Amino acid sequence: MESTPARELGAGMFVLLGFAALFFLATQTTNIESYINEDGYLVTATFEDVAGLKERAPVTMAGVTIGRVEKIEFDPDGLNAVVTMRIGPKFNRIPDDSDASILTAGLLGSKYVGIGPGGSETYLAANSRIELTQSAIVLENIIGKLLFRFGTESDHATSSTDAGPSE
Amino acid sequence: MAAPEAGTIGQAGRRLGAAVRKLGAVAFFLMAMLRALPYAMRRPALVWRQVHNAGVLSLVIIMTSGFFVGMVIGLQGYDAFSRLRQEDLLGAGAALTLLKELGPVVTALLFAGRAGTALTAEIGLMRATDQLSAMEVMAVDPMGRIAVPRFLGGVISVPLLTAVFSSIGILGAYFVGVQLMGVDNGAFWSQMQEYVESEDVWEGVLKSAVFGVAASLVAVFEGYTSERTAEGVGLATTRTVVITSVLVLILDYMITAFLL
Amino acid sequence: MIAVDGLRYATGTGRVIFDGLSLTVPRGGVTAIMGPSGTGKTTLLRMITGQIRPAAGRLLVDGEDVAALDRAGLYALRRRMGMLFQNSALLTDYSVFENVAFPLREHTRLPEPLVRTVVLTKLHAVGLRGAAALMPAELSGGMARRVALARAMVLDPELLLYDEPFAGLDPISMGMVLRLIRANNDVLGVTSVVVSHDVEQINTIADYCYVVSGGRVIGAGTPAELQDSASPLIRQFMSGEADGPVPFHYPARDYQEELFDGGA
Repeated sequence: MESTPARELGAGMFVLLGFAALFFLATQTTNIESYINEDGYLVTATFEDVAGLKERAPVTMAGVTIGRVEKIEFDPDGLNAVVTMRIGPKFNRIPDDSDASILTAGLLGSKYVGIGPGGSETYLAANSRIELTQSAIVLENIIGKLLFRFGTESDHATSSTDAGPSE
Repeated sequence: MAAPEAGTIGQAGRRLGAAVRKLGAVAFFLMAMLRALPYAMRRPALVWRQVHNAGVLSLVIIMTSGFFVGMVIGLQGYDAFSRLRQEDLLGAGAALTLLKELGPVVTALLFAGRAGTALTAEIGLMRATDQLSAMEVMAVDPMGRIAVPRFLGGVISVPLLTAVFSSIGILGAYFVGVQLMGVDNGAFWSQMQEYVESEDVWEGVLKSAVFGVAASLVAVFEGYTSERTAEGVGLATTRTVVITSVLVLILDYMITAFLL
Repeated sequence: MIAVDGLRYATGTGRVIFDGLSLTVPRGGVTAIMGPSGTGKTTLLRMITGQIRPAAGRLLVDGEDVAALDRAGLYALRRRMGMLFQNSALLTDYSVFENVAFPLREHTRLPEPLVRTVVLTKLHAVGLRGAAALMPAELSGGMARRVALARAMVLDPELLLYDEPFAGLDPISMGMVLRLIRANNDVLGVTSVVVSHDVEQINTIADYCYVVSGGRVIGAGTPAELQDSASPLIRQFMSGEADGPVPFHYPARDYQEELFDGGA
């Protein structure tokens, strides 16, 4: 046993192979990008309704994942949901008048946050807030909204209830 | 020839008692191994040798099985997803199946059959031929010298073997799905990356670590406590496979239920 | 060297092995413990080495109560003992050389050249220096036992225990083992305990004998004294008669009765 370099080499190569496989699984099967862990910056947005949105859901812009939902909290004062998102550090030039919507992947897929770009020259900073939001579409509400829209000709892009008084 | 009903009940009770006692014996055995841990830690070469025995020698069967399991998933997954017109999801489906379930479970079962039985038979034979007693008399603790390195070798090997199994399996599914059935190459990988979370990878790692401990513990325990006869060693080897298999499936359900 | 007093022991299944066994092994001699198969001779050796504990009674080795020792004390005591197992118990993964070197590597920090010297000296003493590179599977039974003896001697123990050292050996190997046991004792001054039922061999080698049967000592003395013993049981054992106080037949019902009652 003391003199088995071949065995030691074999065992060493096996361990390397095992870790290589683990690395392959950890990097190739999942979508780990630069924004994981503590990198990037936090942005909040307030929604009337986040129905079905989960923590770690993707945050996308133009269909590209740029971050993840960090946490979802209930705001007892505004009676709505505060979503904290972590945006990857390289996506640091998002106009500060961009809007956030809760969208659904496919017809019945999981919920994610989509950011629609605004036109401002200044960018979202760390810990800033996205003012314009559109809540999750809840099927029952759609019917109600449709009925409402037949009655008025108003803009259907509702801003969230407490978004008004800032700045 | 007593009343048959009383006999059956009595037998069931005795079996239950024996099972509980065995559980206790395993707990004591684990504690004895922990106490002997420092000895083995001072001799890493012994552990490496067992990583070689448990890991390297299982590699061929793990890779072969992994590739074929992956190819079967490729075929079945393609068939199922194509009924939903969702062939692009094959990569995600195969990866999730392998990472979370088939990789850890099948690897643990194969490990029990290949390395676990070898461990039990080896230790059982050492016991039957008084090699363990001889060590004790030579003031060498066979627990530290024989049991712990083999246990650690298994504990280290199983998660690594599982990673190899899952990786090869995904390649097998890729081979069948993309190369043979014509799923789009980009969609296969991008859909996989879209739907597989790093939690799924860690779930597989956690499971394989638990299974590695369970399979190694059963194999070493059965060998160390086998009857000192050829027949006793044979029976212990069989028990290793049976107990490990059932235990792995039960643990798999418990971990899955706990994590979901 | 060894003092056994009032030893009691029963197996897990309740079979009584020792029932008040008392004997002493003087320092420096060859003491034989004889008895029919199944009288617990091997069990006694396992108690001397502290692998099992007696239910009652005391067993002192060099003044130390084996059953009362803690782990470290027991291991320290074991380093001063060597034991030859009936089936040699060589480690199958290691060569003859490494088997003999095993205790040295475990318990000493000797430099490699010195290990080599000690191992080859011991192997030479048992006449197997040439077999150093062989694996245990390549050895005959007699050779394996001599290797095991070299291993038992390698730390120069004060006490050597032999478990059935003559069982299953051809006459030549037997003669070699006999010579080695005697030489160990005469040259190195080792205290030897030989457990055996081989009366003929014991007579040529032992300084003092105990005959154990039914869990206690039924006779003691030099081989010559035992030969002339008045006890019929000892005489039966020493001369190997098939029938006597130890009956040829295992206890059973009356022969005629069992044959003719049809097995109802």
